[in-house]
Amino acid sequence: MKTDYKTIVSDGLWSNNGVLSMLLGLCPAMAMTTSATNGFGMGLATAVVMAASSLLVALFRQRITQEIRIPVFILIVASMVTLVDLAMNAWMHELYKVLGLFIPLIVSNCLPLARLEAFAAKQPPLAALVDGLFMGIGFTLALTSVGAVREILGSGTLFADASLLLGPAFKAIEMRILPADMGVLMMILPPGGFLITGLMVVVKRLFDLRAGREIQMGGAHSAPA
Amino acid sequence: MKRSSMIHGVILGTFCLGFGAVLAVTDRMTSDDIAARALDDKQNSLSQVLPDELHDNQPVTDTLTLKNDEGREITIYRARRQGRVTGVAYEIFGTGYSGEIRLMLGVDADGRVLGVRVLAHKETPGLGDKIEVKKGDWILRFTGLSLGNPAPERWKVKKDSGDFDQFAGATITPRGVVRAIHGGLDFFAANKAALLEAN
Repeated sequence: MKTDYKTIVSDGLWSNNGVLSMLLGLCPAMAMTTSATNGFGMGLATAVVMAASSLLVALFRQRITQEIRIPVFILIVASMVTLVDLAMNAWMHELYKVLGLFIPLIVSNCLPLARLEAFAAKQPPLAALVDGLFMGIGFTLALTSVGAVREILGSGTLFADASLLLGPAFKAIEMRILPADMGVLMMILPPGGFLITGLMVVVKRLFDLRAGREIQMGGAHSAPA
Repeated sequence: MKRSSMIHGVILGTFCLGFGAVLAVTDRMTSDDIAARALDDKQNSLSQVLPDELHDNQPVTDTLTLKNDEGREITIYRARRQGRVTGVAYEIFGTGYSGEIRLMLGVDADGRVLGVRVLAHKETPGLGDKIEVKKGDWILRFTGLSLGNPAPERWKVKKDSGDFDQFAGATITPRGVVRAIHGGLDFFAANKAALLEAN
């Protein structure tokens, strides 16, 4: 069986995007997108966990029987999250102070679990790794764009505090788009999360319609064979 | 049927054991570093409210525990020079718009504020979070103040006819912080002897 890596990549980034197509992982997507930087950080941590757990599940896929797959998947995701949490706390402490808050939340994200079930459990390790990684990157892109829109409308800034997350070199991308008192507070509160995420889903579907592509809905179980 | 559920149990148990072992090893490898980082963090927040020239000891390890009015155990970090206590720092608690605000307050031996920093809060981003030093200078305003300066009835935000600015759209947060700092200074006054005792 030949693996179609191009489809895996484009599925993850766009056509089967975790947030904007499958509508999975919405809880962190709402909670952590009060700014573009926060969304990016949450997405990145999720991508690492997804890539690692997809690889592990694919490696052990012959040993994981149908009856016990769900507890094993949860065990693997939770172990990866704990590993990342401990390692970052010890060796990347500055980054941990910014991201540390998000990491335990990854366990409660259903997107990694959905990909393990729908893809990694049936595919060879390399394909599973690529799928986990690009689903994670797609998740990062979605969260960063929702975060960017909410941040611009809510606080008038874009990528505020990016230098805390990515290092002083990124001070340059911290921007003020609107004057400080122009922000619409609601956008950085939970209702704004629902509104903007919903609007982004609409925008994505309009793009797809325009391009004459078939819209995938609720495609959590549609793994490329 | 019975036999197969045995096998599933064994497989699941093996996975749990394997990942448990990996986690245990990682925890072992990281625990010293994590403890060191936590100490660094504490030292960092202490050094912002206890100026270096005030002490020749390590305030983070020179501690004392007292109970405040609410019966809460408060850890006091003492700054000393040549054995004499020159200043103390301790946590104070305020009530903000959405829950508790934790702050670290540094006070010198005469009861003047050396510095205040927010440790943790859940205030609205963009409104109440201006109490953080990285989002604004507001919190620096308190340095040098004491119970009598300004007068007790002026230890309030401007809206309550006091001395301190509130933020546009957020009065409850600064009000809570001002009250917490005033309470912290009251705590110092009430426990002065115990706090400055040299042992």
